Amino acid sequence: MDLDIQRIRQDFPNLHVSVHGKPLVYFDNAATTFKPRVVLEAMDGYYQKYTSNVHRGVHELSEKATAAYEGARGKVQKFLNARDAKEIIFTRGTTESINLVAYSYGRHSLKPGDEVLISEMEHHSNIVPWQMLREEKGCVLKVIPFNDQGELIYSEFEKLLTAKTKLLSIVYISNSLGTINPVQKMIKAAHGRGALILVDAAQAVGHRRIDVQDLDCDFLAFSGHKLFGPTGVGVLYGKAGLLNKMPPFHGGGDMISSVTFEKTTYNTLPYKFEAGTPAVAEVIGLGAAIDYVLSIGFDRIEACEQGLLEYGTRALQKVPGLRLIGTAKEKVAVLSFILPGVHAHDIGTLVNDEGIAIRTGHHCTQPVMQHFGVPASSRASLSFYNTTAEIDRLVEALLKVREVFP
Amino acid sequence: MSHDSRSELYQQVIIEHNKNPKNFRKIPSPTHEAEGYNPLCGDHLHIYLHVKEPGGVIEDVSFEGDGCAISKASASLMTASLKGKTRQETEVLFDQFHRLIKGELRPDKDPNVLGKLSVFSGIWHFPARVKCASLCWHTMKGALEKVKTVTTE
Ligand SMILES: Cc1ncc(COP(=O)(O)O)c(C=O)c1O
Repeated sequence: MDLDIQRIRQDFPNLHVSVHGKPLVYFDNAATTFKPRVVLEAMDGYYQKYTSNVHRGVHELSEKATAAYEGARGKVQKFLNARDAKEIIFTRGTTESINLVAYSYGRHSLKPGDEVLISEMEHHSNIVPWQMLREEKGCVLKVIPFNDQGELIYSEFEKLLTAKTKLLSIVYISNSLGTINPVQKMIKAAHGRGALILVDAAQAVGHRRIDVQDLDCDFLAFSGHKLFGPTGVGVLYGKAGLLNKMPPFHGGGDMISSVTFEKTTYNTLPYKFEAGTPAVAEVIGLGAAIDYVLSIGFDRIEACEQGLLEYGTRALQKVPGLRLIGTAKEKVAVLSFILPGVHAHDIGTLVNDEGIAIRTGHHCTQPVMQHFGVPASSRASLSFYNTTAEIDRLVEALLKVREVFP
Repeated sequence: MSHDSRSELYQQVIIEHNKNPKNFRKIPSPTHEAEGYNPLCGDHLHIYLHVKEPGGVIEDVSFEGDGCAISKASASLMTASLKGKTRQETEVLFDQFHRLIKGELRPDKDPNVLGKLSVFSGIWHFPARVKCASLCWHTMKGALEKVKTVTTE
């Protein structure tokens, strides 16, 4: 069954603003997605009717807030098909989730010479924490290269994966290329070598169904704001057996079971990793976002977005000289491109005149830009609420850019 | 109030200087040089100066690098306007240009010596792009002060 896009668009208030007197075209969904009204209402409901801290009070409002907060954890558990709700840890986002693993697992388990394997298409947030760990622990960082279509070179991965590999930390879907990596196969191979696997699912959660038991990853990280939820909340999924063995990340309230000046005993999962007052409203908002996405369903989301990808890939060819960056066989509706002779930032500013929001720059993936020998690219990243008519408007705007920079 | 970049930013002078930048070359033995980097955009500039002492007159100034049309045109226009200027005159220009791109100096109202540089008078309506125009100026200033690398962050 097809999506009724016009009806769905009504769910997102932010789609209906105008920019430069023109209806907004929002093609920056890989940076952050818009939020449906149900998410805003869920957060508003908490602030208007039951504001209170969680896990602390016995009063009515605190119990209500705690139930909503823990209810959201249950929704995330089902969403990812995790075995247990205690395997779901709320963080500030993907970046914090990855740092948590680098700190609590990496810092305590890796030894000099141990290898962490990442890829050439990682977001900076899945590069820098490992470099920091390398500084401290003397471990080695290895990088799986990709080919000129933007696909990981699987044979290189197989070569780099050795008994020294302790952790494979890999992006599921690339934010700058749109490539969907064969993570399931990679996880199996890495487990075969005794390595653990962290999946950066920041760009995957809004586009593909994720089943952590089926994938069999050890850790998985994502951000609420790329899943039609609020900023300031994210998730780290981890297998309970591993999380139990890991020391806490931050110290403070909520993560303890008893404190004296001599000794503190830590709380159990997931609270051991949730120090301090969490982002209660945001967690509740994330729960609402998950309900919303599931009400549409990933089958329909995927079909709709593949249609947009095919249409967009063809339509952009109408712009003379335009070169797509990232042409993997398996990819989501991310259209990164360069126009020879025109810098991405000039493109970004000029299409903004037409009310179109695209991302320009290095997209926090400078090694990807280095691979293609460009300082920056322009990126249109689409979601199911975008339309082919909007793609036509981008093409028209790019033809106008060509007029300014003949 | 929205501003159209086609008419307010990408004026013909800027497009021209981007396409055919002035002083886009290296000075063989510069008395001063510095590298400027804008980590946000990846813009990268190298500024070379030949300053004659005593007197501190800029005899020659040039640039090389990679960047958007705004940063290239700005560097081109800057080098053209600095040639033959003393350090003191350069400081006055730096200050006026700085106020211009922040929207604090209105070239049609406030006295100034900006000349062609006032083509950037509309850039303050595009806050994300102000640094593109100012990178070369900060790099030039860094070079005169013997700073090797300048970043805009
Ligand atoms: C692939 C990928 N990983 C990690 C991140 C970081 O996410 P956040 O900034 O929400 O922590 C992003 C965000 O752009 C991303 O696209």
